[in-house]
Amino acid sequence: MVPLSYYLLLSAVLFSIGAVGVLIRRNVLIMFMSIELMLNAVNLSFVAFSRFLDSLEGQVFVFLVMAVAAAEVAVGLAIIICIFRNKATVNVDEINLMKG
Amino acid sequence: MPIPLPTVNLIDISPEIILGVFGVLVLLIDLFLRRERKGHLAVLSLIGVVGAFYASLRLWGSSHYAFSQSIVVDNLSLFFNGIFLLGTALVILMSVSYIRREGINLGEYYSLLLFSTLGMLIISSGNDLIILFLGLELVSIPLYILSGFARTNLKSNEAALKYLLLGVFATAFLLYGIALVYGSTGSIKLPMIAKLLSDTAVSSNPLLFIGMGMLIIGFGFKVALVPFHMWTPDVYEGAPTSVTAFMSVGVKAAGFAALLRVLLTALDKLQFSWVSILVVLAILTMTVGNVIALVQTNIKRLLAYSSIAHAGYLLLGLVAGSRLGVSSILFYLVVYALMNLGAFAVVILVGRKGDQNLHLNDYAGLGYRYPLMGAAMSIFLFSLAGIPPTAGFVAKFYIFSAAVKEGFVKLAIIGVLNSALSLFYYLRIMVIMYMREPEKKEVLPILFSPGLVIALLIAVLGVLYLGILPSRVLDLATSAIRTFLSG
Amino acid sequence: MPIDFLPILILLILSALMSGGMVFLSHLFGRKEPNPSKLSPYECGIPPVGDARLRFSVKFFVVAMLFIIFDFEGVTIYPWAVIFRKLHLFGLVEMGVFLGVLLIGLVYIWRKGALQWD
Repeated sequence: MVPLSYYLLLSAVLFSIGAVGVLIRRNVLIMFMSIELMLNAVNLSFVAFSRFLDSLEGQVFVFLVMAVAAAEVAVGLAIIICIFRNKATVNVDEINLMKG
Repeated sequence: MPIPLPTVNLIDISPEIILGVFGVLVLLIDLFLRRERKGHLAVLSLIGVVGAFYASLRLWGSSHYAFSQSIVVDNLSLFFNGIFLLGTALVILMSVSYIRREGINLGEYYSLLLFSTLGMLIISSGNDLIILFLGLELVSIPLYILSGFARTNLKSNEAALKYLLLGVFATAFLLYGIALVYGSTGSIKLPMIAKLLSDTAVSSNPLLFIGMGMLIIGFGFKVALVPFHMWTPDVYEGAPTSVTAFMSVGVKAAGFAALLRVLLTALDKLQFSWVSILVVLAILTMTVGNVIALVQTNIKRLLAYSSIAHAGYLLLGLVAGSRLGVSSILFYLVVYALMNLGAFAVVILVGRKGDQNLHLNDYAGLGYRYPLMGAAMSIFLFSLAGIPPTAGFVAKFYIFSAAVKEGFVKLAIIGVLNSALSLFYYLRIMVIMYMREPEKKEVLPILFSPGLVIALLIAVLGVLYLGILPSRVLDLATSAIRTFLSG
Repeated sequence: MPIDFLPILILLILSALMSGGMVFLSHLFGRKEPNPSKLSPYECGIPPVGDARLRFSVKFFVVAMLFIIFDFEGVTIYPWAVIFRKLHLFGLVEMGVFLGVLLIGLVYIWRKGALQWD
């Protein structure tokens, strides 16, 4: 059987890739995808823990994370459409009115 | 293998059920209402809030778990319910005329407010990391929409996008923290985690500490602690003012409710390690919030930084971690809800369509043109700064003395110095209100709508009452934690 | 346990080699005589319509958003159906509540006209 640490390592790597993606990419849609990557990295460690601890709670959690992620993406897309209608851009550097 | 089914006792979650049903009702009735009659929905929402409050009152005094230990019904959760419902009721009162003025009087506004409040109620009674997570998301997702509710206003769009991106980013950290805590202890039930942590093999697992750090980062984003506060000023400035008011009070209180449960129930054994983190965060949060607030010229941004500073004061109670600390957090949150919502009510009154008239100079001369409103604003500002005889003073006094009693004397001194610093910018608004002539002569008169006046009255009376006779609410706060810290 | 999967691994490697080899060899030895109709994208035999990089109608986004939510409904029902008998009445009522809430959402988007294409 593949040891737990392999899953955790993969999950940590995916999470970091996602986090770096959110911080350095400037296209809102790609930032969204990076966030999804982070959430799914967490799902991976939930499933791995659930398997190794032999408890189902982790898998239940994954279902709820998926539901929440779906809701967040739906809201996110709506907001992006709204911005695009007003300003025709998906670049976060151009969406910066407020400073101080 | 038979599956254990939970026993269902709907009375235990009756406040949540009532609020949820009313949220859905508002959503459905809205479909059949004409645009100019959306005000009725505010009345319906208020009935729902009052109903949930009544249901919480009926449950007062109970102390047990429900739904296979995933829900806890105790006085602490019911006290928090009271804070959330009070805040929501005031925000609904403030919103009616505001959203009509801004042209965003859609029925969804009220149902989203109710759903967000429902999330807060769920957080306050969560006894399980799943429930806490779901509650936090139910608070946040409607707020992402609400902060972008002024669809044609680019600032509002931007606020929604920033809030969403950073909010989901924070959620990911929070979840990773939950996953690591679950993985290293093997349970997601808060009391069970506490029990498992008495085993040193479990409580010395490095994964647990990483998980705890991630949890603190996640909650830090939600309640806007420095250095996780970057989103706050922009979101507070761009969002519609009534939504900003709701966020500054509701989300903060909900975040602290979750922090209290996680840190003091589940991770109590690790107090030695999280206290030192929180001390640093508290110092940073108070100082940075107050110093940056000094140079703000937009009232909403100023109140945003002031709310960051208040989160710092609240952390002091958590650092103390004692009975006095927790009950002073509860008292502080009640006072904070009243004084901050009151200040935002004045901001709504002074504001103009399209979220104009928010510069500090727009407040010039208001003090003698509208003496009653000026007096109300002064009371709120005095209370925010913590000057007797207002409630803000009592609240700060108890929080600082809780910190001193647990030996955090230096921290309390930093807190006191910070609130002295905050006097400068709160007083500056008053100086502008009373001592400066308005620049432009033709000023539109302020329209006092009944909802806003009622909200202002409740806030003023509350702030004065709690400032002069705080003992009844303080006793309630003390009895709220009787069962919480005994386990 | 890993040894049980060895034949599958060998099959995977062999099929990858075969298909990859075919493409590579035909690329190496095939005659290349490009002309405009060969270079145009293949759209089921019909002459191509415009560039592929056109902007999608915003309506697709609305459909996508609704799809995500109702897609998740299916994901939730599936494990529920597997253990339906063990959950007795409790499971039925719980799923009824869940579907009821989704139904309210459906009524909402229907009344709001989100299901209308034009």
